[in-house]
Amino acid sequence: MTATTPRPTFEQSGPRLPVVESIRVDRVHPRARIAGSVRATLAIILSLISLIPVFWIVLTAFKTPTDVTAIPPKLIFEPSLTGFVSLLSDMRLLSQAEQEERSQQPDLSWVDQIALQIGRAINGPSQYARQLGNSVIIAGTSTLLSVVLGLLSAYAFSRFNIPAKGDLLFFILSTRMLPPVVVTIPIFLMYRSIGLHDTHFGLIMLYTVFNLSFSVWLLKGFIDEIPREYEEAALVDGYTRLQTFFRIVIPQARTGIAATTVFCLIFAWNEYAFALMLTTQNARTAPPSIPSILGSGGIEWNTIAAGALLFLIPVVIVTFALRQHLLRGVTFGAVRK
Amino acid sequence: MSQIALHHISKHFKDITALDDVSFTIQNGEFFVLLGPTGAGKTTTLRVIAGLERQSEGDILFDGQSMNGVPPAERDIAFVFQQYSLYPTMSVYDNLAFPLRSPMRRTPEIEIKPRVEKAAELLRIQHLLERKTARLSGGEMQRVSIGRAIVRNPRIFLMDEPLSNLDAKLRESLRVELKHIQKTQTSTTLFVTHDQIEALTMADRIGVLREGKLIQVGTPTDIYDRPATTFVAQLVGTPRINLHKAFRENGTLHVQESTVQLPAPSGSLPAEFMLGIRPEDVLIAPDGALSGEVVLVEPLGVETVIHLRAGAQTFICVVSGISHYRLGDQVRFDVIRERLHYFDSNGQRLAL
Repeated sequence: MTATTPRPTFEQSGPRLPVVESIRVDRVHPRARIAGSVRATLAIILSLISLIPVFWIVLTAFKTPTDVTAIPPKLIFEPSLTGFVSLLSDMRLLSQAEQEERSQQPDLSWVDQIALQIGRAINGPSQYARQLGNSVIIAGTSTLLSVVLGLLSAYAFSRFNIPAKGDLLFFILSTRMLPPVVVTIPIFLMYRSIGLHDTHFGLIMLYTVFNLSFSVWLLKGFIDEIPREYEEAALVDGYTRLQTFFRIVIPQARTGIAATTVFCLIFAWNEYAFALMLTTQNARTAPPSIPSILGSGGIEWNTIAAGALLFLIPVVIVTFALRQHLLRGVTFGAVRK
Repeated sequence: MSQIALHHISKHFKDITALDDVSFTIQNGEFFVLLGPTGAGKTTTLRVIAGLERQSEGDILFDGQSMNGVPPAERDIAFVFQQYSLYPTMSVYDNLAFPLRSPMRRTPEIEIKPRVEKAAELLRIQHLLERKTARLSGGEMQRVSIGRAIVRNPRIFLMDEPLSNLDAKLRESLRVELKHIQKTQTSTTLFVTHDQIEALTMADRIGVLREGKLIQVGTPTDIYDRPATTFVAQLVGTPRINLHKAFRENGTLHVQESTVQLPAPSGSLPAEFMLGIRPEDVLIAPDGALSGEVVLVEPLGVETVIHLRAGAQTFICVVSGISHYRLGDQVRFDVIRERLHYFDSNGQRLAL
């Protein structure tokens, strides 16, 4: 036999394969460390790529009409609120003489000055703010309704012995088995004859019905995962079914509720076809009105971008507020505790 | 605390009969253990008493008062579940306070605090009160779960195998504590387990369930010394009872396919029956009347389990401490004749 060999160094004695997960940050194999940074870089690049359109919308919204169409596209420019002003106001074109006359006026507000830069005068506020408000009311109410009603029926389906439970669940799901656009005409005719045309209530009801099947199924999955023992313990501890539902079930279904809320909200917020068909003035929402900006004298890209940007903000806020619940909610089923 | 009575309780799930005409009474302050293998209907019994499940037939009486159809919240019971079921969104303190805060009781917070602290002290979990329940070990969780039951003064404690998810050491120590708490608080307790050691060590009385039927009710001594059927005899006691077919011939008992022969007892015995001998009643003695060969030795420290073959049958016997017997040793042994158990061919105990 050979004489005693010197003590092997870490490189020799360490694990043969790279240790990918380790709590000892001081001794991570170089290959694993490189792999980690490659992954991070890839993730950042991918998210940047998907953010480019949003980024471009933001840029365009703050450009003047001349900057928008400039070739090559300008990345650096003087920001302007022209887009927002023309989005939110109703304007008329001014003749050369009128423009000069107005520029002499000393008491022009900053909004009027911006309008004057593109040779226009403001008549009054546009419909867009109101339509955005309609969107908030309609999407918000229908989301609230679909989640509340969905939660109650999902709980019932998950916990109680309901006759023909499977058939009922299938029936609920079957309402989503044809493209909704197919039924726009019949619904339009029905709505017109029962006076729901162009009403907030009409759209709220429609969106709620569409979302309900989705929210029942999604929430049922989440509630199924909550062990019944918690509720039984609470029942024994002196709480009624309803109190148990509020104090035990809802706190544990938070993730599911957040995920369902976001999905329902996005659907109701983005819905275009029905909003276009079933509304004209009173209850018109933002999605069908954004393309109509396009029509008035040349394509005003900055105005459209401003409209899209304002349209994005509410959903982003809600999604952001719920993000910590959402992360597990969207990947549910993958991770089990 | 209350006296709890079950009168002819049956429970059917579709075609399955989970409980079949079960009747027993738990006296005030008694520690009653329901013992039985998995699927015997132990948990169903608990759930029926708690009101989480409705019996198909029969009556549940608390102090002579019918509880049929009374919702669980109004029965004033405490349930300790097998799967701790602590509310994951609450701290340990809130979990313990939860039953007291229920709309049934509406205890003021100043009253809750000392009661929670007393329960925590009893279970030695004071240092965990602020912790979230997800960050507890199994033993700690089960302590909290028991604590949630003892913070109030329910009519009965129902415990559904509370120790079975714990490791052996913890189980032993919590078993002792539980019994201690029960004795100092003299609380009426119904404890469900499949572990015969838990049943024997903790119970004032044991009820043995099998396939939804209550087979025997009695003190641990009754159950161990006078098992009503071969099933009970085999369920209780480690190592298991020696149970062999035997027959009677000319005033002598013969164990089938074995060299073991014993003088017949005075009472009337059928020609063929089952003979049960507890391992500790088999004594190895140099002047024993019977002989056998050592085929297996299992030293357990406190005692040694020795398997003796006599003829084609193997008899298990227990000697205390580490034994010096080796495989293949020929030994003589004896059995304590007064402590033999006789069962008929249906497994029913024969009284002699």
